[in-house]
Amino acid sequence: MEGKRSKVRMCCLCNQSRASLNRPKTLQQICRDCFYLSFENEIHQLIIDNHLFTPGDRVAIGASGGKDSTVLAYVLSKLNRVHNYGLNLFLLSVDEGITGYRDDSLETVHRNQVQFGLPLKVVSYKDLYGWTMDEIVKLIGLKNNCTFCGVFRRQALDRGAAFLKADKLVTGHNADDIAETVLLNILRGDIARLSRCSSIITGEDGPIPRCKPFKYTYEKEIVMYAYFKRLDYFSTECIYSPNAYRGFAREFIKDLERIRPRAILDIIKSGENFRISTNTKMPEQGTCERCGYISSQKWCKACVLLDGLNRGLPKLGIGRSRPGIGCKEENESRGVKSIESKQCGSLDF
Amino acid sequence: MACNGAGGCQSGCYKDEEPTSDQPTASSETDSRSSSNLCIKCKLNDAISGYGGIDDGRFCADCFKSNLFGKFRFAVTSNAMISPTDKVLVAFSGGPSSRVALQFVHDMQERAHKNFEASRDRSLPVFGVGVVFIDETAVLPIPSHEMEEAVEVINLIVSSLSPPRKELHLVPIETVYSSDSTDGKERLIELMNAVSDPTGREDMLLCLRMLALQKVASEFGYNRIVLGSCISRIAAHVVSATVKGQGYSLPADIQYVDARWEIPVVLPLRDCFAQEINMFCWLDSLKTIKLSTGPSSSINSLVSSFVALLQEENPSRESTIVRTAGKLIPFHFNRIPEIVDGNVPLATRRRQKRYNLKSNESVSSESFCLLCNSPLDKSEIVDWSNHKNCKNSDTFYTSCCSSCQFQILPPDSTSMEKFYMHLPHSVVSRANQANNGNLKALREQIQDCLLSDGEEET
Ligand SMILES: [Zn+2]
Ligand SMILES: [Zn+2]
Ligand SMILES: [Zn+2]
Ligand SMILES: [Zn+2]
Ligand SMILES: [Zn+2]
Repeated sequence: MEGKRSKVRMCCLCNQSRASLNRPKTLQQICRDCFYLSFENEIHQLIIDNHLFTPGDRVAIGASGGKDSTVLAYVLSKLNRVHNYGLNLFLLSVDEGITGYRDDSLETVHRNQVQFGLPLKVVSYKDLYGWTMDEIVKLIGLKNNCTFCGVFRRQALDRGAAFLKADKLVTGHNADDIAETVLLNILRGDIARLSRCSSIITGEDGPIPRCKPFKYTYEKEIVMYAYFKRLDYFSTECIYSPNAYRGFAREFIKDLERIRPRAILDIIKSGENFRISTNTKMPEQGTCERCGYISSQKWCKACVLLDGLNRGLPKLGIGRSRPGIGCKEENESRGVKSIESKQCGSLDF
Repeated sequence: MACNGAGGCQSGCYKDEEPTSDQPTASSETDSRSSSNLCIKCKLNDAISGYGGIDDGRFCADCFKSNLFGKFRFAVTSNAMISPTDKVLVAFSGGPSSRVALQFVHDMQERAHKNFEASRDRSLPVFGVGVVFIDETAVLPIPSHEMEEAVEVINLIVSSLSPPRKELHLVPIETVYSSDSTDGKERLIELMNAVSDPTGREDMLLCLRMLALQKVASEFGYNRIVLGSCISRIAAHVVSATVKGQGYSLPADIQYVDARWEIPVVLPLRDCFAQEINMFCWLDSLKTIKLSTGPSSSINSLVSSFVALLQEENPSRESTIVRTAGKLIPFHFNRIPEIVDGNVPLATRRRQKRYNLKSNESVSSESFCLLCNSPLDKSEIVDWSNHKNCKNSDTFYTSCCSSCQFQILPPDSTSMEKFYMHLPHSVVSRANQANNGNLKALREQIQDCLLSDGEEET
């Protein structure tokens, strides 16, 4: 194909400009402007169809400095402007206290604050829990540290959102993430999570509802969008999770995408259409006796972990929480792969 | 949100998998710790390992075999799959799973036969067994010498499984056309050639295979079809159906009983692992056939290797997958229709009542995909008031599930018309039936406004 000077291919959407890319989701050959437009319109349509926001909402955008949340912040503020959503948008970041990773990525978020004109709130593990991830790793080593990271981050985001008096928390989970979660929940037998992991809004019973505007947005298109728009994002991986790390499930999804791009959407569709009998409910939610955070147990997971840390028994509370992933702990030792791709609980919404 | 960004390994490195050892090994030969190696059941013989699953290494050869047969028998009795008056057709592909299914059905029949001979009044009849092999050479690149050999082996296997004697039906896949024309094979090839997606071709062939099985069963008076689908196969189906967007209809395919067809289909090996089945064949020197059908680049084969990899990593993975999917609500047709036959012993009927799905635990569905017969979800059911004067082929297209529409049916109307022409009569008549049903329903709604009974049109 490269060798011949073939006829200039026109964008199949506008038929006015030259096609300059293959759209990953549809394989249509389109121009850059049409790509931006389709990309943004799909997200707009999703927001409208699902009534994600109401005018006047205070919306916290979980911002890690990575590509997903950076593109989300950019697109959301653009759509808010163009379509007059009437939202008050904020960037909300979590500082885990990881030298050489989070301090750098937070600088990116600080620049985004200026570039996108959005106010930023940073909550830190040190302030909330009295421990940085560096200190935790020093105590417990590299094994299991992502358990802490995931549990703590989830709560930190909720606390930050509460501080901002936010009505909604939006996160950058994309279609690939959600497809992976659907598969993982099948592989692990987590029927309760399977029943809600593909919903666009979760945690309506919790302190702050979480929304996923990128539910149907392909990771590849997010990368493409960030690349063409020259968005400023941070792409180094967490130094405490093994490098070049991708789980079986994610590899599988990438392989599928290569054969049939639509497979990602089909997995999500399956997730939405599963009919699960109503007697498999989530455990009843109460509040943590110690900190008041929602919890099905006496103490929330963060408090159990913290208690262990403070008493010098960091193993408390690890590994008991979920059946079927016992293998993960062994696999975390270098070189062996586990089935999930994101260890820090960010998939576990 | 994640600690790791986009820059992960893109090369698909899990493909560099370790060499796998397929041969099951009797660990008693290699392992010296004999005390910890005793069979947990008989506590007499040495345990063997290599059959995978959760029980690997716990049983001796004999206990392993009786345990596997026990799983089969429990599935059969608790779901009322086979009653004494039944005539059962075993779908035999030559592979290990259907070979073991055939063996077990035979063992059961043999026992029933012995009891019959021994009993004084001979009141309890013995169920009949037939075997069917579908020859797919018309559409698969199977070398002809392989097929000839296979046929020989199959004849030998079936004749060795007597008494009681079993009828063998060797049937070409194009038999699905036999009632409408003599050029069935040509039409079948045309039909398959119209499907360009490799996954779609495989799934289309699966639909046709079921049609052929149903046809043989109904022509020869069978009232059950036994498939050898094992847990590993079902686990792979759970994942591939999910990947194809079939989350709604998925539970229909993975139960012990699937009675949406004219002849109910039963899956008695639903609780047995592929490795267990391989082990059984190896221990009992059961001959199996593997036909070479060429490489596959389909989603189905990608899924199979993915699930096999996971199973290697964790021996309970496949059963976890099937257990998860088992919690999805099945359909009303996922059970043997209540037995009203007075000839069937009361105990059997009672057992069926006890184990059968209660109707409030299942979903009833009236609309099915005209091609693959999967139940349609709400979004797939079309509103016929907008489709009054369509071509038959277009109507057919819209009455299929979205998965068939995407991966099997041609997207443009002209090719669709050709495809429709080449469909077997049985599929088209199912379509017409569904269509008439819709017309009737429409007519009923406007019945009170119609002035004459006469049909002016059509
Ligand atoms: Zn364009
Ligand atoms: Zn981490
Ligand atoms: Zn707490
Ligand atoms: Zn034994
Ligand atoms: Zn279908």
